Amino acid sequence: MNEKEYYIPDGTYWPIIGSIGISILLIGFANQMHGVSWGSSAMVLGFAITVFMLFGWLGQVVNESVNGQYNQQVDRSFRWGMSWFIFSEVMFFAAFFGALFYARMLSVPWLGGADNNIFTPDLWNGFSATWQQVAFTTPGTTLQSGTAISIPTKLVEATGLPALNTILLLLSGVTLTLAHHALRSDNRNQVIGWLVATITLGVAFLGFQVMEYGHAYADGLKLTSGIYGSTFYMLTGFHGFHVTLGVIMLTVILFRVQKGHFSANNHFAFEGVAWYWHFVDVVWLGLFVFVYWV
Amino acid sequence: MTTATASHDEHHHGPEKGLMRWVKTTNHKDIGTLYLWFAFAMLLIGGALAMGIRMELLQPGLQLMDPHFFNQLTTMHGLIMVFGAIMPAFVGLGNWLIPMMVGAPDMALPRMNNWSFWILPFAGGILLSTFFMEGGAPAFGWTFYAPLSTTFAPDSTDFFIFAVHLLGFSSIMGAINIIATVLNMRAPKMKLMDMPLFVWTWLITSFLLIGAMPVLAGAVTMMLTDRNFGTAFFDATGGGDPVMFQHIFWFFGHPEVYIMILPAFGVVSHIIPTFARKPLFGYSSMVYATASIAFLSYIVWAHHMFLTGMPVAGELYFMYATMLIAVPTGVKVFNWISTMWRGSMTFETPMLWAVSFVFLFTIGGFSGLMLGIAPADIQYHDTYFVVAHFHYVLVTGALWSIIAATFYWLPKWTGKMYNEGLAKVHFWWAVISVNVLFFPQHFLGLAGMPRRIPDYSLQFADFNMISSIGGFAFGASFILFTYIVIDCIRNGKPATARPWEGAKGLEWTLAPKAQYHSFNTPPSRELIKSESQHS
Ligand code: HEM
Ligand SMILES: [Cu+2]
Repeated sequence: MNEKEYYIPDGTYWPIIGSIGISILLIGFANQMHGVSWGSSAMVLGFAITVFMLFGWLGQVVNESVNGQYNQQVDRSFRWGMSWFIFSEVMFFAAFFGALFYARMLSVPWLGGADNNIFTPDLWNGFSATWQQVAFTTPGTTLQSGTAISIPTKLVEATGLPALNTILLLLSGVTLTLAHHALRSDNRNQVIGWLVATITLGVAFLGFQVMEYGHAYADGLKLTSGIYGSTFYMLTGFHGFHVTLGVIMLTVILFRVQKGHFSANNHFAFEGVAWYWHFVDVVWLGLFVFVYWV
Repeated sequence: MTTATASHDEHHHGPEKGLMRWVKTTNHKDIGTLYLWFAFAMLLIGGALAMGIRMELLQPGLQLMDPHFFNQLTTMHGLIMVFGAIMPAFVGLGNWLIPMMVGAPDMALPRMNNWSFWILPFAGGILLSTFFMEGGAPAFGWTFYAPLSTTFAPDSTDFFIFAVHLLGFSSIMGAINIIATVLNMRAPKMKLMDMPLFVWTWLITSFLLIGAMPVLAGAVTMMLTDRNFGTAFFDATGGGDPVMFQHIFWFFGHPEVYIMILPAFGVVSHIIPTFARKPLFGYSSMVYATASIAFLSYIVWAHHMFLTGMPVAGELYFMYATMLIAVPTGVKVFNWISTMWRGSMTFETPMLWAVSFVFLFTIGGFSGLMLGIAPADIQYHDTYFVVAHFHYVLVTGALWSIIAATFYWLPKWTGKMYNEGLAKVHFWWAVISVNVLFFPQHFLGLAGMPRRIPDYSLQFADFNMISSIGGFAFGASFILFTYIVIDCIRNGKPATARPWEGAKGLEWTLAPKAQYHSFNTPPSRELIKSESQHS
């Protein structure tokens, strides 16, 4: 497409389909949580519609890109879009990290009697302010929601699986960069090789993460284990979800590389996914240090 | 072929026929229009709830409803006005105006633009449907503090949570689009410091949205898991802390209030120079002031929490940081006044709204300063003084600028003029009634009347009745407003391309009713210079 022309797409049905899909998904989810029988079916339906929308919409974008309907300006818009989307994700994780720091540095010590002397151990008799095991430990105490508290018997450790996973993710960052270099020098077989390596590392990460969850769960660390369990599963869970998305996106990119969609200087989709993957990497480093290690 | 390019004939990419045009549209003007009508509908619904609130408060005692329903009204009123009316209205204005102002044909990501809008009716629908659920709508205040919103809330809260997720998603996409448009679609010859202030303020607002909305999403997600999956983020029995909810909420909440006022600053910075027939005074200081307000807005959140038992160091820090915001805000007010100073002023309707904005918003700013004094806030907190404060900044601030913008750019949107005489009547009606409505609430608050309570002791009766009467009058003023706008669209006299003598800006170089795609070829450097706000 001519560089002097503006690109303006025609009307589209994908957004409204997406809105319908996501709304059905969420309404189904809420009903499912409230024990309504059709809740989970609605979730499945909404999810299917959403996935259909994503394939249709992104497929259309891919087609237009491959047909050469985009110019440099469109490419830049996509870049701005992707980078600020990632920033919004950073802020989403920041909320949970904020909760972690606040609990660790302030509220748990206060509940344990530090500083302000309001919550003296007398008032909060039976409260364990030990990190990872915080909660009322008096037998029979429940959370305000009525859920029983599960105190873990063993502490989570950074060595072992989490450390291994750190190495895997860091390596995957390297292999992805190598894939990018290969793409820039137009060496398609190498790109495919490094991409497969990256995806494999990502899948291995997810597998080990599932194993790690299994161990933690067996030791009694659950969502219901007080603030540590809450932040642990929320942070690692959302991170794992993002890794999963990243693996899916990398796989799509792999297929597109095989089809020859990218050239040495025109491959925004590849870079966008790579940025995303590095972002997921960096979040993991934060997790490893603050959730598992210190 | 799925694209239309600028080299095609105009009729190729004019609007489609039929209703589906509005569902499928990727056009910034169509989407802007959708946003504005949606916001207006929500304004009327939120307004109707407010009428219910003022009716109950007309007299002491419980007259019309039980306290629980009253709480639903205040909660939903706040949520609908903030997320349904003010924010979408500004995004609508941004959609309509930014491409025209930066000399672009459309927004940078037009399909995503469609989605940003078309999530809103679904989110709004889910939110409103909670009224009809068992246990009623959310009743914990628009700030949804835990544990009211976790342990003690009805099932409908989960629907509220998802509605907030959707609204946030929409806002983030809208903000990303505006950033990409301003940075990438701007006419190549337009430098950043040539940009009109509405564009600047929206650009900066977008950064606030992208920084703050995800944190809100995190907050409601934690609420969701606390409610349904046994987490203990906001539950002290598990080592969490309900006060932590407030920190997270207000880390979003304070930037949020500036999300609702920075674009208003932009609007007013267009209207005042036009009708004072002078360039904007202190253009670059306006830009820097906006940026510093945005930065500061991230680090003052706990001035909403002076009474939560923060450590003294925290109280002091948040007090002084809050005071600091008054400096850039003062710069802005000073610049607006200096723009008017010795101008050849006329007072067409948009100017009336803009000048009263400056005056009334400043009242709200001053009451904000009073609230920002930590020891004084012990007295004011959770009283009607706070209610008066935020209605002065939000109604006579944010909403005022939206109405001002409507009158100012209506000719460009419709190609027609509204009825100036009626519009002036409407202005005076609204500006008098809004002060009758909100000014007495300062006194009520100082005397100690708590907010969010349907009944009150007898000494508050007079001011409450005055306030309610003002409220009904203000509510009724929107009937006239609706009439004026529809009358303009249907029967307005044709407008010229530049209906305001002193108006500058690229949008006025377009046809009287701006063409479907604003600029098919970027404007020249000369044009940009001659239309800039600070020549
Ligand atoms: C000079 C600038 C401002 C200062 C110093 C300021 C200060 C404050 C303070 C200290 C409070 C908390 C009062 C309390 O709960 O005890 C407050 C509440 C509030 N302010 Fe402002 N404010 C300013 C401007 C604004 C603006 C521009 C807006 C919105 C456009 C705004 C909207 C609000 C709202 C909505 C609340 C009430 C929140 C609630 O509790 O429901 N403020 N303000
Ligand atoms: Cu604030």
